[in-house]
Amino acid sequence: MKNVDSKSHVRGESIYLDDIPLLQGTLFACVYDSPVAHGVLKTVEVEEAEKSKGVVKIIRAKDLIGANQIGGILPDEPLLADGEVHFQGMPIALVLAETEEQARAAVKKIKTEIEPLEIITDPRVAFAKNDLIVPPKHFKLGDAANAFKTCEHVFEGRADVNGQEHLYIETQGAYSIPTEQGGMRVYSSTQGPTAVQRAVSKVTGLPMHLIEVDVQRLGGGFGGKEDQANAWAAMCAVGTQITKRPVKYALHRMEDMRMTGKRHPYSADYKIGFDKDLKIVTYEATFYQNAGASADLSPPVLERTLFHCTNSYFIPNVSATAYSCRTNLPPNTAFRGFGGPQGMFVIESAIAHAAESLNVLASEIQRKNLINDGDEFPYGQIAESEAKTSWTQADEKFDFARLQKEADEFNRENKFIKKGVALMPVCFGISFTKTPMNQARALVHVYTDGSVAVSTGAVEMGQGVNTKIAQVAARVFSLPIERIKVHTTNTLRIANTSPTAASAAADLNGRATQVACETILERLRKVAAELLKTENVSDISFLDGFIFNKNQPTDLDWVTLVNEGHMQRVNMSEHAHYATQGIHFDWGKAKGHPFAYHVYGTAIIGVTVDCQRGIYETDFVKTVHDFGATMNESVDYGQIEGGIVQGIGWMTMEEVVYDQNGKLRSNALSTYKIPDIYSVPKMIDIIPLKTKRKNLAIFNSKAVGEPPLMYGIAAYFAIRNAVRAFNSEQSPAFDAPFTPERVLMNLYSEAAKEMKAGK
Amino acid sequence: MVNGKSMVKFILNNKTIESDLPAGTTVLDFVRYHENLKGTKIGCREGDCGACTILVGEINDDSVKYRSMTSCLMPLANANGKHIVTVEGINRPNNELTEVQRVMVDESGTQCGFCTVGFVMSLTGFFLDETEKSCEMAISSIDGNICRCTGYKSIERAAKRVSGRWSAVSGQKNSENNLDVAIKKGIVPNYFSEIKEKLVQLKQETNRPLTTDHRPLFVGGGTDLYVQRPEELIYASAENLFDDADLRFIEETNEFIELGASVTVTDLLVSPVMQKLFPNLYKHLKLVSSTPIRNMATLAGNFVNASPIGDMTVWFLALNASIVFNNNREIPLSELYLGYKTLAKSENEFIKMIRFRKDVQHFNFEKVCKRTFLDIASVNTAISLRVSSPTVKEEFPNHDKARAHAWATDTVIVDAHVSAGGVAPIPLYLKKTSEFLRGKEISDETIFEANEIIQSEISPISDVRGSAEYKRLLLRQLFIGHFVELFDFKPRN
Repeated sequence: MKNVDSKSHVRGESIYLDDIPLLQGTLFACVYDSPVAHGVLKTVEVEEAEKSKGVVKIIRAKDLIGANQIGGILPDEPLLADGEVHFQGMPIALVLAETEEQARAAVKKIKTEIEPLEIITDPRVAFAKNDLIVPPKHFKLGDAANAFKTCEHVFEGRADVNGQEHLYIETQGAYSIPTEQGGMRVYSSTQGPTAVQRAVSKVTGLPMHLIEVDVQRLGGGFGGKEDQANAWAAMCAVGTQITKRPVKYALHRMEDMRMTGKRHPYSADYKIGFDKDLKIVTYEATFYQNAGASADLSPPVLERTLFHCTNSYFIPNVSATAYSCRTNLPPNTAFRGFGGPQGMFVIESAIAHAAESLNVLASEIQRKNLINDGDEFPYGQIAESEAKTSWTQADEKFDFARLQKEADEFNRENKFIKKGVALMPVCFGISFTKTPMNQARALVHVYTDGSVAVSTGAVEMGQGVNTKIAQVAARVFSLPIERIKVHTTNTLRIANTSPTAASAAADLNGRATQVACETILERLRKVAAELLKTENVSDISFLDGFIFNKNQPTDLDWVTLVNEGHMQRVNMSEHAHYATQGIHFDWGKAKGHPFAYHVYGTAIIGVTVDCQRGIYETDFVKTVHDFGATMNESVDYGQIEGGIVQGIGWMTMEEVVYDQNGKLRSNALSTYKIPDIYSVPKMIDIIPLKTKRKNLAIFNSKAVGEPPLMYGIAAYFAIRNAVRAFNSEQSPAFDAPFTPERVLMNLYSEAAKEMKAGK
Repeated sequence: MVNGKSMVKFILNNKTIESDLPAGTTVLDFVRYHENLKGTKIGCREGDCGACTILVGEINDDSVKYRSMTSCLMPLANANGKHIVTVEGINRPNNELTEVQRVMVDESGTQCGFCTVGFVMSLTGFFLDETEKSCEMAISSIDGNICRCTGYKSIERAAKRVSGRWSAVSGQKNSENNLDVAIKKGIVPNYFSEIKEKLVQLKQETNRPLTTDHRPLFVGGGTDLYVQRPEELIYASAENLFDDADLRFIEETNEFIELGASVTVTDLLVSPVMQKLFPNLYKHLKLVSSTPIRNMATLAGNFVNASPIGDMTVWFLALNASIVFNNNREIPLSELYLGYKTLAKSENEFIKMIRFRKDVQHFNFEKVCKRTFLDIASVNTAISLRVSSPTVKEEFPNHDKARAHAWATDTVIVDAHVSAGGVAPIPLYLKKTSEFLRGKEISDETIFEANEIIQSEISPISDVRGSAEYKRLLLRQLFIGHFVELFDFKPRN
C-alpha cells in the first residue's frame, strides 16, 4: 500500500501553502527582523518604507488589537519585538504590500536603532547567570551518589551536541482570508492547527470559534512546524484583521533559517560507575539545554532528554538533572526525537569513554546493560523490553563480531583508509509526556454513493499518516482504499487537536477513526440484519464491499446498504474520540507511567574514513527494528530510512553555526549541508523484530516517526573508532557533529596543534 | 537584449508564448506566478535544493538537446528561443503516470512530495540528455536534488529500476535517438517530436540584438548573480552572454585548447577534447556543484565571480590558463585577481575566451567540503605537473598508478603549476610553491618543503567553512593527496 498522495506528488498536483489560488486583493507580508541578538529597541524608522511603492500598512507591536503574545507553553514570546530584542531574526515589524516584491523592497528601507546588551549564546554561561526558562527538572532512581563508592570503575566527562536545522523543503508560511463577523480562515503550514488557532485568537483578540485553521499538507515538518508555524499565521491574521484583506506570507529560505529555532544544542556532564563485570551501577548526568530566547517547547524537550537519558539500559542508580538555559538565539524547538537523541548521545559518550579507557568494545558494555522486562526506568515505568531481543536478533542476523573483525583486518592492511563500526540500541517512549495531550478525534461521513470522507486532527507531512488513517477506514468498512478520502485538517471539523508530533498521530487519530468507523458500521449492521432477516446482528460481516451473513456472501452490497440506511434515517456520520488509557505521570514525584509503550531496536553502522583528507562515507546501516506489526511496510520503511539519514546528518555534516554575536552563519543551503544522494549509507538493511507482544498502537503497528533517527548516533561513534584506528593517541572530545574538520583535526592532532599555534 | 522590457519568446511545454516581463525575472517566478504552473516548487532560490528543476531544450547539432536547470537561477532572457519543460509538460492525460513517475511511486520515492517534482524532472532529463544511460549516470542526474524525508534509498531504487529498464531496450547514446526512445517509452509526451521544428522557426524570430548600454551587467548562467542579488537582477539592464553562440565552443589548436567564455561545466564534461586530456574529468567535475548547476554555470562566470573558492577558477589556474577579453586583451588568469572580488578588468570588458596549453601531462584536482558533493569547498586545490622522461605520457598514462609509481621516485619535475582556493581573499595561484617544485625530485622531502612554502603563501580566515588552522592542515593534506593520486606516492604519515 503506497502513500495515497504519491500520484499527485509525482505529477506536481499536490497542493501546498504557496500553491493555494489567491483571492483578489491579497496582500503580501514580509518581516523586518532584528539585526542584533540582544538590545534595547530605541527607534524603529518606518517612514521611508511606508512611502515605498505598493505598501499598504506596516504593523508594529503597538498596532495589535489582541495581546502581543504567542508563547504556547509560557507567555514569554511577543509576536513583534517591543522594548527589547532577544535574538537576531526576532520580528520587529510586518510590512504589508500589494506584491511580494514590494513588501521585500520596503523591508529593506526600515531602520532601527538598538542599544546593545550582553549577548549570551552558551547555555553554560546562561546557567552560571541563573537565567533559566523553567526551574530545573530532576529524575532519580536509587542513590546515585553513594553508589559510586561501590564501583570498580568510574568515568567522568563532558559531552556536547549541536543543534540541527529542520530544513523542511517547504518553508514556513500562512495565508489568511477574512470571513464574516470579523472572523478569518487561516491556511497554515503547521503541525498544530489548534496551536495556530490559539495564537491567532490571542493576537487578534478573536474567540476561537471565529477562526478556522485549515491544513492540506506540509512539505516536511520534523517538529519545526509544531510551534513555530504560529508566528507567521498570527502575523497574517493580524494583517487581515487590520486591513480587512487576505494576507499571505511564504517565507524565503534565509528568512526561515534565521528567524526560526532548531533542535536544541546541549552541553552535559556525566559520571558513570561500573562494577567489575562492566554492569553500570550508577549514572549521574547534568544537562544544559540551549533553549534560545524564549520557552517555545523547550520545557517538554528538556523533560524528554531526562526520559531517555539512560537509553535502552537498566541502571539501578540514576540522578539526572536538566537545566533549560535562556540564550540570545532563536527559540529552539521540537525536532524529531524531541530531546531524546541528546540524552542518548550523552550516555553513549559515557559508555564510549569507559570502553576506550578499559580497552573493551563499547558494544560489550552496551550489551551487558540492556534493560529487561520488569526493570524500572528512572521515571518509574516498568519496562516491557525488546532491548535484548532486538540486540540478539540483530547479532544473529548481522554477526557483530564478524563486522568488527572485518573492520579490524581492513585497518591492519590500510594505513590511510580506516573503517569503524559502532552499535546503537534505541528505546523510545511513545505518547506525549504531557498526559492530557494524548487524545484525538475523527469525523467520518459515509455518503449515499458509499464513498467515505474522513477528517482527523492529524496533519500529513510526508510521514504517511493520512495513508494509515485511510487504511483504518478501509479496513473497518472493508472497502477499497479509493473509496476513502482523508480531508484537510481543519479546526471547524476537528476541535482542540494535539499537534501532529511525538510519533503518536497515527495511533491517536487512527484509533479515533477506528472508533468512528466501527460506530457507523454497528448501525449499518443492524440495518443489514433487518434486510437479511437475521436476528443475530453479530452474524453480519463486511467483506470487499459486500455484506456477509454467517460468513456466507449475500447479494447485499455496500452501496445498497448505505442507501437503505439513509432511507431509514440512520446516522451515517460519526465524530469519535480516543484517549490513550493507562498513562499518567506525576511531576511532583517525577514518577509514573507516561508512555503507552516503547519502541526498541538495535542498529550497527559502519563507516570508512579517508585519513588523507579527513572525509568519510557510511558503508552500511543494519538494524533490527521493533515495528510491532507494521500496517504499512512502504510507509514505515520509508520513515526508518529517512530517520536514519536525518540522524546521521545531525551527527556528521549538519553544523548549525552561530557566531559570538548570535548571528547565524549557516544561514542558507549553501552553508548548512544536509545529506545528498551521495552521502547516504551505501546500504540500509532493515529487519523487523519478531515479536508477538501486544501493544496499544493502532492495529499493533508501533509508532515509527522518531525512534529510527537515533540509530544515526552510531555514525558518530563509528567515525570516532575509525579516527582512533589511525591516531590511537587521540581521544577526540565528545562533541557532535563529527564534521570533516573535526575528523581531520583529530587524525592529525599534533599537526593541528602546530597550525593552531600559527606555525 | 535586454533592457528591462523587451519581448521574450519561447515554447513553454506545448505552447509557444511571449512575455514582456522584465527579462531578469526568474523562470521559476514566471511559471508559478504568471503561468500558474504550480508543480515547480520553491525550496531555496539559490540552486541548492533542486525543487524547482525544469528541463531546457535547445537546438544543438541538428537535434534538440535537453538539460535540467534550476529555474530559480534562470533569467527569462535565457529561456528565449528555447523549449522550457515543467512537470505539467510531461504529465499524461487521465492521471496516467510517465515511466519515471511510476517508478517513483512504486519505490515509495516520495513522502512529503515537495521535492518530488524536482527529482522527476531531473530523471526525465537524464533520458533526454547525452550521458550514458547507466545507473551511475541516472543517480548523477539527481545529484542536485535534495530530499529531507526519504533518506534517498527509495529514490535510488527508483533511479536504478528506471535506468535498468532503459538499458534493456536501448544502448543508444545519440541524443536524437534518446528523444525518440523517450517518446516511445512514455517518458515524455508525443508533442516533443514536434519541438525541433518549432524551435527552428522560433530561432529565426528571436535573434536578439546585444545592448550597447554603457554600464552593462554581464550575465552568464546566472548561477552566482541570482544567488547574490536576485531582486536587483530582475530589472537590471543586463547583457546575457549565456546564449551567445560565439562564446560556446571548445577547440583544439596546435598548441592550445581554446574555450568560449560561456562554455558550461557540463560542456567540459561531455567534450571529447577535454575527456582525452583529463582522464579523471568526470571524477573531478562531479565534485563541482550539481548536474543542473553544471548545466548552467559558465567558466567565465566562475572566473569573474572571483570567489576565493571557485572550483573552475582553481582548476584553470593550475593549467596556467589565460583569458582573452572582448577587446582582445589577453592576460594570465592568475593576474585577473587584484584583491577580494577585485578584478583587473574594466567594466566594459567581458571574457571572450579561455585558453591553456594542451600538453597537459599530470593533472589533479582535490576538494574537501562538509558534504563531499554539491557543496562549496572548505579548501580546493589543483596541480599540473610535467616530469622528466619525455615518453612518460605514452608509456604511463596518469591513471595507471601502479606503473607510474615505479618510476616516480627518481622522476624530476620539469614544470609545475599549483593553485588553491579557500586559503586567501582570492583564488590563489601558488607562485612560490610552483617555482620551488620545478627541478625537484618527487620525494618526501620535496613535498614536505613545498608544504612549508604553501603555508607561507596562504592566509586563510576562519568562517563557516572551517577554521583557519583547519584550512591550513587541509591544504597540506590535499597537496600530499595530489602526489598520492598522480604517482601513488606513500606519505610517511
